[in-house]
Amino acid sequence: MIKRYLSSLALALGLAVAAAPALAAEDGEDLPPSGANVYDQASLQRGARLFFNYCVGCHSLKYVRYSRLAADLGLSEDEVMKNLNFTGAKFGETVVSHMPAEDAKGWFGKEPPDLTLEARAKGSDFIYNYLNSFYLDPSRPVGWNNTVFPNASMPNPLWELQGLQVAVHPEGKAGADAPVEKLELHTKGSMSPEEFQAATRDLTAFLEYTAEPAALERQSIGVWVLLFLAGLTFLLYLLKHEYWKDVHEHH
Amino acid sequence: MASTLSRLGNWFNERAPGFMPMYRKHMTEYYAPKNFNLWYYFGSLALLVLVNQIVTGIFLTMNYKTSAAEAFNSVEYIMRDVEWGWLIRYMHSTGASLFFVVVFLHMFRGIMYGSFKKPRELVWILGMLIFLVLMAEAFMGYVLPWGNMSFWGAKVIISLFGTIPFIGDTLVQWIMGDYLPADSTLNRFFALHVIALPLVLLLLVVLHLAALHEVGSNNPDGVDVKHGPKGNRWSPDKPKDAIPFHPYYTVKDSFGVGFFLMIAAFIIFFAPTFGGWFLEHDNFTPANNLVTPSHIKPSWYFTPFYAILRMIPSFFGTAIWGVIGMFGAILLLALLPWLDQGAVRSVRYRGMGYRIALGVLVVSFLALGLVGAGVTAELIPAWFPGADVTTVENAFGRLMVLGYFGFFVFVWIYTRFGFEKTKPVPERVTMHD
Repeated sequence: MIKRYLSSLALALGLAVAAAPALAAEDGEDLPPSGANVYDQASLQRGARLFFNYCVGCHSLKYVRYSRLAADLGLSEDEVMKNLNFTGAKFGETVVSHMPAEDAKGWFGKEPPDLTLEARAKGSDFIYNYLNSFYLDPSRPVGWNNTVFPNASMPNPLWELQGLQVAVHPEGKAGADAPVEKLELHTKGSMSPEEFQAATRDLTAFLEYTAEPAALERQSIGVWVLLFLAGLTFLLYLLKHEYWKDVHEHH
Repeated sequence: MASTLSRLGNWFNERAPGFMPMYRKHMTEYYAPKNFNLWYYFGSLALLVLVNQIVTGIFLTMNYKTSAAEAFNSVEYIMRDVEWGWLIRYMHSTGASLFFVVVFLHMFRGIMYGSFKKPRELVWILGMLIFLVLMAEAFMGYVLPWGNMSFWGAKVIISLFGTIPFIGDTLVQWIMGDYLPADSTLNRFFALHVIALPLVLLLLVVLHLAALHEVGSNNPDGVDVKHGPKGNRWSPDKPKDAIPFHPYYTVKDSFGVGFFLMIAAFIIFFAPTFGGWFLEHDNFTPANNLVTPSHIKPSWYFTPFYAILRMIPSFFGTAIWGVIGMFGAILLLALLPWLDQGAVRSVRYRGMGYRIALGVLVVSFLALGLVGAGVTAELIPAWFPGADVTTVENAFGRLMVLGYFGFFVFVWIYTRFGFEKTKPVPERVTMHD
């Protein structure tokens, strides 16, 4: 009977483990995977540099403290205050953009959202693909559109790096409402397409980190917790086995 | 040392002579059938999760801010700035989902082995009350982080009361204390979630166990060990096929606890959102009454009941039928001891019709869960290209609603009018080794 229990328990755990990646795969909703790696500290550092050079002008990370960034990204206070903090905030304060909310509404039609939790709300794959899918569209108020998030109010902040993309419509169809077949690089940027993809992957990894800083530590702690529980469970099994010997003998 | 301990024991017994007999009644001299199987772990596991929810909940309240303006921020504060706050929150959120996993399996055990049947109807009714309070507790807890799904989930669920004729709209405003889920709603839900319902829950759990210990536990064979031969190693007049709860089942349940904690820890440390099932993507956006999430759906553990609500159409100009269906689905479970009149308890010795019906119940319950969670709506276009999603989903969902309610109708007819052909029930419990 005990063997039967153990095998069914093992089966249950096996199913749980097998189900986890399948469930996790639901996050992306058919978008190509970002390939972002939140455990790659160098990638997080490069992503942070991109964020503070190109994004923080409009977007806040209102739950992220500069001091926590330094600790988690392996940077010194000096490095963070000199290279990442352009808002004049103190080291222990959070990342708040200086863009006036009312003006932003006038300029873009809506206030640029806080991005701290964007990776948890929309998913890393969304961020990565969104950043790669801007194209010129003169019919839009700010002149940009996006295939991943059609009619987004946001212009491409990274156009100097990526270059300018234009939409290619299927033959015989044109105009603002025509479906987009693919995007084509019209004017080269300062980065090659591969370099740009790597850069947006870094930026995505950084936003994945800001969405859940605990992700950096929970897995390494989890390994030890599971090892402890496995040992404990084994001892409890032996204890149970010992206690139950007489029940099995006496029936 | 030993004499100090026994002196302390004597000191205590002189002052509280009723305590030792109570301990014996519920632990060392509570005789439980010795043939419990895997299904009998879930009762003690439910108790473990309840304790986890209370302890982690207490620590969460230390930093949670009960206001519509601050609630969302305070949860992120817990996730980032509070020492080990992320762990406490994940233990609470994972615990909530695992509570329902464990309770669903516990209830299924009761149905499978006929544990609800005479003389355990009271145990079953108290268990159903626990289930109802647990659902209210989980719903209100889900509102507290004040994410966008908290807000819209609250709005949809509270609106259900609006379908009640005449008083509906007033009732909805009375529940919310506003015209929309708002600060007042959040505050009263906090009060109910943190103190009122947990107190009710604890009281009901004590009564559930007290009622169980009056009549004794059922077992996988559905045999009454009290009516079998007497005399075991501990007592000449106690059932021969029973063993003391402590230490035998305490040590066995401890092993179950260890195993369960491994699964829980795996989720907490490696997949805390469980792919958007335990913590939903849309709830990482603050509540916003102007932006509706693309798919409003309740937490996974409500989805079967939510699907029943959605699948039952409105007619006679009111949508109340779905609401009645949803609550009826729970009420019918509570009435099971009177609907199922079969003399044999355990599925091991029941008629083929009952076994098939039980399978139908499980399949329709799980399928309704998928419908309620919007999984079928996503799968239908892939499986039936070109078909109208709503038509296919409604046809499938309504079939599953029929399956769920059909179980109760079938079991009543099957057992009331003597259609069931049972197998012979053994005199004593069987041990399979």
